[in-house]
Amino acid sequence: MKIMVAIKRVVDYAVKIRVKPDKTGVETHNVKMSMNPFCEIALEEALRIKESGLATEVVAVSMGPAQCVDTLRTGLAMGADRGIHVEAARELYPLTVARVLKRLVEVENPGLLILGKQAIDDDCNQTGQMVAGLLGWPQGTFASKVVLDKEKQIATVDREVDGGLETLCLDLPAVITTDLRLNQPRYATLPNIMKAKSKPIKKYTPEELNVEIKSDLEVVQVTEPPKRKAGVILSSVDELIDKLKNEAHVV
Amino acid sequence: MPLDLGAKGSCQIGGNVSTNAGGFRLVRYGSLHGNVLGLEAVLANGDVLDMLNSLRKNNTGYDLKHLFIGSEGSLGIVTKVSILTPPKLSSVNLAFLACKDFFSCQRLLQEAKRKLGEILSVFEFLDIEAMDLALNHLEGARNPLPPSIHNFYVLIETTGSNESYDKEKLEAFLLSSMEGGLISDGVVAQDINQASSFWRIREGLPEALNKAGVNYNYDLSLPVEKMYNLVEDMRARLGGLARVVAYGHLGDANLHLDISAPKYDDKILAQIEPYVYEWTSKHRGSISAEHGLGLMKANKIFYSKSPETVQLMTSIKKLSGGEYDFD
Repeated sequence: MKIMVAIKRVVDYAVKIRVKPDKTGVETHNVKMSMNPFCEIALEEALRIKESGLATEVVAVSMGPAQCVDTLRTGLAMGADRGIHVEAARELYPLTVARVLKRLVEVENPGLLILGKQAIDDDCNQTGQMVAGLLGWPQGTFASKVVLDKEKQIATVDREVDGGLETLCLDLPAVITTDLRLNQPRYATLPNIMKAKSKPIKKYTPEELNVEIKSDLEVVQVTEPPKRKAGVILSSVDELIDKLKNEAHVV
Repeated sequence: MPLDLGAKGSCQIGGNVSTNAGGFRLVRYGSLHGNVLGLEAVLANGDVLDMLNSLRKNNTGYDLKHLFIGSEGSLGIVTKVSILTPPKLSSVNLAFLACKDFFSCQRLLQEAKRKLGEILSVFEFLDIEAMDLALNHLEGARNPLPPSIHNFYVLIETTGSNESYDKEKLEAFLLSSMEGGLISDGVVAQDINQASSFWRIREGLPEALNKAGVNYNYDLSLPVEKMYNLVEDMRARLGGLARVVAYGHLGDANLHLDISAPKYDDKILAQIEPYVYEWTSKHRGSISAEHGLGLMKANKIFYSKSPETVQLMTSIKKLSGGEYDFD
């Protein structure tokens, strides 16, 4: 069985984000970019499944500008067997990404498609769900545990939900999106970095996959959240009631 | 700020200047003697010495500011400072490596200076005892390398202006070092979080030593090729009495030698001093590379400075309005 993992190149999680002066977005020039942490977890899970003998190949996929190849190389250095880069210069939104992934799934025929639950730059949490819908595949999102049964061709997924944990059984092929507690990703070791250099990365354009890069969404403005105002210390309950009534208008 | 040290959360720049603090990036940016362009100091008699300017070159007489840098407040108090701050470069890469012996660490340093050249910004080492201490006493510390016994670990950082060029350069250097047998294993941090976890091991050593018991610590400058011989001699001398831990700024030939024991014991101290100072003096090393003399090591100054030098220091001290002597 083949596993496909979608990985995204985002602003590094530890970087302090700044909004561009023209408010069209966040400053990315000269800022450290890395693999989305949830995508790292997704790739780690795929590698563990392969190492346990339940899969034969892990293919990492990334979409975006030329620098995505760096992120794919990191994925290959972690242990993925092959990379696929879909080159697109324009902003990609979840529905477009889902459409591209659907086409790649049709080409590669994986038994499992694993993604991070969301990207830390847009926090959309949509792509996994959309691609499952487009493919008509079952989905196990916010996975905190994944157990595969090769015989029965099912995946048992523990999901992190508001009330606690929910366990689902999915027939393969299926889509899984990963949550934080699923695993702790490995580091890229030198021997693997060396091997990664000879692993292939195939390039596609959206046109070759018959997907149009368009979006019904337009980012109008990006601003910082309003600065928190200092609190006020009150002297009595009466004063509190007065403020709630006459200033905050909530009573 | 061209200075980075473990105490960065609480130290003050004036103090850094008065103590000529070293730290992790001296190997790249040089010492404060090179980075302090000017300063203002107040002498013991109240005179304000205005040597504050931001000139790169000023050969107009004796450059007295150098006396204040590292004089630990004994000549005056530094009240203003002008620092040469290099542009902050965006491409930082960090690698955590394992070497089978100290000689490999030494060769790796030579190769790093040659092959990484201008982008090398950190070269630290720690031995197996230090790593063991870090993993056992630091909460959340995780061995970056796959579990295996390694005798030495090296932390290499590069800082440059071109992400992909630097990464390629570092990887090429690491791979050829691995092929040449200098490195037995290694990992490269793929994001800032991974880099922080590598740093946690090295930066957390003082904390780990404090948690492990009491420690006698020595901060020495020694010729790199002889450095670890002292560690091994110390281990032989102490036997089972205490644990000898070694780590430090290998890029600057600066060893941090720590002897860790459950409690203070004069028997242990007798095995360490004056042996460690005599050993260092014999190799014309420094008995205090970056930590300074303070009160504790004031009388050890003769291990690294000649009597005539100390005499001149005392005279300068008197001239600046101070009262007590070094020896």
